[in-house]
Amino acid sequence: MSSTVSPKPAAREPRAPAQPGGVARLLRRLGRGAPIFLVLIVLLVWIGLLNPNFFQPGVLLAFLRRAAPIMILAAGQLFVIVSGGFDLSVGSLITVIVVVAAAVIEGDPAKTWPVMALLFAIGGLVGLVNGLITTRLKVPSFITTLGMLLILRGAVFYWTGGAPTGALTEEFRLFGRAGIEGVPGIGEIPYAVIVLLVVGTAFTWLLHRSTFGQQLFAAGGGPRAAELSGVDVPRVRTLAFLLSALSAVIAGILVGGLAGVSAQVGQGYEFTAISAVVLGGAVLGGGKGQMVPVIFAALTLEALFTLLNLLGLPQPMREAVQGLIIIGAVVYSSYRARRQV
Amino acid sequence: MSAQTQPLGAASWWARLRSGAGSSQLGIYVVFVLVVLVSYVVVTAAGGTFNWRNMAVRSVALGIVSVGQTLVILAGSLDLSVAYLVSVSAVLTSFIMDGQAANMPLAIGVVLLVGAVVGAVNGLLITKLRVHPFITTLGTGLVMRGLLSSRFSAQTGQVAPEFSQVLGYGLVGPVPVSVIVFALVAAAAIWMLRSTQFGSHLYAVGGSQEIARLSGVRSDRTLVITHVLCSLTAVLTGLYIAARLRAGAPWVGPDGGYDLESIAAVVLGGTALSGGRGGVGGTVAGVLILAVLDYVFNQLQVDGFLKMVLRGVIIIAAVATYTARSKRASE
Repeated sequence: MSSTVSPKPAAREPRAPAQPGGVARLLRRLGRGAPIFLVLIVLLVWIGLLNPNFFQPGVLLAFLRRAAPIMILAAGQLFVIVSGGFDLSVGSLITVIVVVAAAVIEGDPAKTWPVMALLFAIGGLVGLVNGLITTRLKVPSFITTLGMLLILRGAVFYWTGGAPTGALTEEFRLFGRAGIEGVPGIGEIPYAVIVLLVVGTAFTWLLHRSTFGQQLFAAGGGPRAAELSGVDVPRVRTLAFLLSALSAVIAGILVGGLAGVSAQVGQGYEFTAISAVVLGGAVLGGGKGQMVPVIFAALTLEALFTLLNLLGLPQPMREAVQGLIIIGAVVYSSYRARRQV
Repeated sequence: MSAQTQPLGAASWWARLRSGAGSSQLGIYVVFVLVVLVSYVVVTAAGGTFNWRNMAVRSVALGIVSVGQTLVILAGSLDLSVAYLVSVSAVLTSFIMDGQAANMPLAIGVVLLVGAVVGAVNGLLITKLRVHPFITTLGTGLVMRGLLSSRFSAQTGQVAPEFSQVLGYGLVGPVPVSVIVFALVAAAAIWMLRSTQFGSHLYAVGGSQEIARLSGVRSDRTLVITHVLCSLTAVLTGLYIAARLRAGAPWVGPDGGYDLESIAAVVLGGTALSGGRGGVGGTVAGVLILAVLDYVFNQLQVDGFLKMVLRGVIIIAAVATYTARSKRASE
């Protein structure tokens, strides 16, 4: 990203003898902004060594397509965490989205778009309820979204009688699995990657450039002070839950296209998303966090899963290593963050 | 604020009862009595029976680990790794015991040691490396899950018949042994919080680590010990489940939802998630409420998935009424 900017000053000031080279400086700058970029580069290089094809555009874009749902979900989660809360309900919301879509569409292409609208309505309702219960009834968001997790998981299985039924249409699955074909030099650009770019840009703008974003940081950093300076804290925090739920709907639509219908499809996504947010340098408790590092932290986790897969570790060991690396990466990032200060 | 309501010195339990924490715990007992009364009427009207022993037994597994969860939450931390630690100890117990009573001391010793190590690792990561407890215990839970399922994939070994007969199904007079164990664990924790210096330190650390440290409390050590205690309660729950099922399996912990449900029980019992305020008494009431409702739903033959929905609604509603009350009290 800043690779075009960074080497220039070095070329303009050749007299400074101790000046590090462009690459080293770029690495250091990225490391200072958010150490996660260094981890990501190391992982990607390692993957590239094991699988030399990895950096071909097609393979790389397929990797991005796989990573898109968790990157979008982490971006949504960041709003809630900046506001000082948690959203534990997103994983089961993804399951609800996929299972409901399959049960309602029943393979009928004509129903694809109305069902999409229905899914966003469900997500909007869930986010709104999470936000209103947390802000108006003053229930800790951990408990609100935990309760919502139980409600969604129970409701979807109660409704479908324990096993998902129906089928998704090809039109629905397009977003998760297909793309724009015949792009010169690249081949296929997956729709998921385009969705990721649009959502990522919009969310980055919302968090860092809009009034809403400023108010959210204020509300998360110090609710009392924010209130006194005229921020409608409950409204801002409710919107954060709404954005998180909507990101789960988008992630769910992509996951449904990629992975198909199952009752376990959303399991564990909430914890991966929260891990990504923390890895991206946001602070649990609110008031601090940046969108771009968080999105790349989610990509880093996906790269980690890919690497562990390539290394041929059995699934259980992958989980164990994943746990260790999440802790290790957070230790490393917080160590770097503290050294800065 | 909370550090002031919990004096550092030897506060009398009466003072604590009259403080914010005490009154909110009285509130949860009122709710408990109401729940029992309504349940009793509903169940008997539907032609069911009200079996106290069954309800008490239902509360044991979640109850014991929730006592430990209360301690870490009071200290301003939390523990998501307990579910997998429950699995680890249930599986290790039945694997090492292998049906032989002679192996009982070894099996119990090993799992207690494992629990202590897990708790110490959690505590040290949180205090020394300053990793948020949410991430720390999520990570150690993943590590345990991975290690466990790489070695065990199904029900493994079996516990000694004597172990199962005593801890799983034994009775002292009319009271199940497991219920006595739960009561003893809860009583020990209540005594520790109210009457020992460690207990006051724990409240102080949960109220504000900085203030606690400045007033001479070794907050890091307090937090590590608290995490060890919490892990030991998870081990006890694992031992009890192994005794009850006669064999351990890797899925018993996550299937029981002991990580999130224990946190829900603690908050239901009036303990603040931010630490420093609350107590074990409220948690016990919270666990009992969940157990009574579970029993009622079974008696009324409510669908298992619908039960999950209702449980979610009840957890939110109960905490909402509780926060509404405390908000009014503080205004």
